[in-house]
Amino acid sequence: MIRSSLLVSVIRTLRGIGNRMIERIWRLGAGARLFLLTIIYSGDCFRRFHLTIREIYSTGVMSLLIIIVSGFFVGMVLALQGYYTLQKYGSSEAIGVLVALSLLRELGPVVTALLFAGRAGTAITAEIGLMKATEQLSAMEMMAVSPIARVIAPRFWAGVISMPILATIFSMVGILGAYLVAVPVIGVDEGAFWSQMQANVDIHIDIVNGIIKSFVFGIACTMIALFEGFDAPPTAEGVSRATTRTVVTSSLVVLGLDFVLTSFMLTV
Amino acid sequence: MTNNIVEIDNLSFGYKGRLLHKSINMAFPRGKVVAIMGGSGSGKTTLLRLIGGQIRPNLGEVRVNGKVMHEQDRAGIYQLRSKMGMLFQHGALFTDLSVFENVAFPMREHTDLNEAMIKDLVLMKLNAVGLRGAYNLMPNELSGGMARRVSLARAIALDPDIIMYDEPFAGLDPISLRVICELIRSLNDALGATSIIVTHDVQDTFSIADYVYFVANGEVAAEGTPHDLMQSTLPFVHQFVHAEKDGPVPFHYPAGDYRAELMHE
Repeated sequence: MIRSSLLVSVIRTLRGIGNRMIERIWRLGAGARLFLLTIIYSGDCFRRFHLTIREIYSTGVMSLLIIIVSGFFVGMVLALQGYYTLQKYGSSEAIGVLVALSLLRELGPVVTALLFAGRAGTAITAEIGLMKATEQLSAMEMMAVSPIARVIAPRFWAGVISMPILATIFSMVGILGAYLVAVPVIGVDEGAFWSQMQANVDIHIDIVNGIIKSFVFGIACTMIALFEGFDAPPTAEGVSRATTRTVVTSSLVVLGLDFVLTSFMLTV
Repeated sequence: MTNNIVEIDNLSFGYKGRLLHKSINMAFPRGKVVAIMGGSGSGKTTLLRLIGGQIRPNLGEVRVNGKVMHEQDRAGIYQLRSKMGMLFQHGALFTDLSVFENVAFPMREHTDLNEAMIKDLVLMKLNAVGLRGAYNLMPNELSGGMARRVSLARAIALDPDIIMYDEPFAGLDPISLRVICELIRSLNDALGATSIIVTHDVQDTFSIADYVYFVANGEVAAEGTPHDLMQSTLPFVHQFVHAEKDGPVPFHYPAGDYRAELMHE
């Protein structure tokens, strides 16, 4: 009796795991399909570029404040932490290089992507989810207007265009913040700060690779936000869960992609 | 060319193991107002979605202007939909666009008209529903009745041949209800369109409809003119039309013996 109930419990658990795995794979397929359709229907959002510009304002410009403030503080903290480690080895003059390489290669693209997912990604998910819940997407379909061409694609390209720009601004402001801590506050030589940075930051290895990373993160974060909104159940709880999934999934995907891209870039 | 602009032929549809429609046959003549009525969950709105090509039937056909909806490719469906207008239950206005922009939306998407012409047409449509003065308002500034009228103006923006209404009277005060009711009839006659109304409201619908279908248990339980159905002795139709509490649609949800349950406690 106990053995059979244990067996039933085990079977039920395995069935639950199996169902969840099937659902995850289904969602992955549905997300890939939405991505493909977004690319196919992208022609209209470039022909009518004002639609994309409007979304660039919503996702990119409205994220500027958080990007600038975060970049500033990240740069300042990097300078503080970096100085107290470097000065043990008598290399405090290299603080500029440390900050620039950290920001341009890693922190700029990754932290920007995480902030973008939290601010713009959730807004996109909530907006699309609520449009679905209030039948706005169905109304568009019934007016013979593809919601993917009119709603999804402009937001996708807005995220892809905005992300590298935001990451660049993050890095620039971070370097400025590090300069303000390192030079006037700590007393690192200003000439050494900038000249070492200039000598050791490579435009291809450091800057271009950072931009490529932010471009890839832009595709990932924006597509995840769009899919979660498009797929959300049309209820308050459904939209709420979708916005949470956007942040969690985007964060994990960004960190995973960062590892993959960094491994690839360092070996090439 | 048949006199029916929409024909539903031997249609069956179901999902998640539940059969919603069983071999339904309906015809919607040109220029008429036809109502589809029935209890909650009887699949009335699903019929509108089948006519609009948003979902495909499991069996049977939905023909719009002689063309089978589910045999069309995406371009074909969009071409048929360009001659349809739909009024959703809560309006489904685009919340980031003003009243003017909402009504102008289908014109901007499907025509090459210049802005001056679009402005004239939008104001004409808004005037037809009595909201020309509200052109600058945003959807969140509108009452429920006003939002539905703007949605109606948008639905007729391109002078459609078919206008579908999903519960157009739900949640409206008596004045707004009468306004919508008369607009449905007058716009249908002015445009020479065919209106398909999904509704529960018997009194107002019977005052404007030319023909009514009653849907129950996945089938067409009854059909006829409003006058015929008011006289009908079919139990379901009689209960529905006269709003009787009990009948074929029981008041009590199925349960065990009441006395036995009380005594057991």
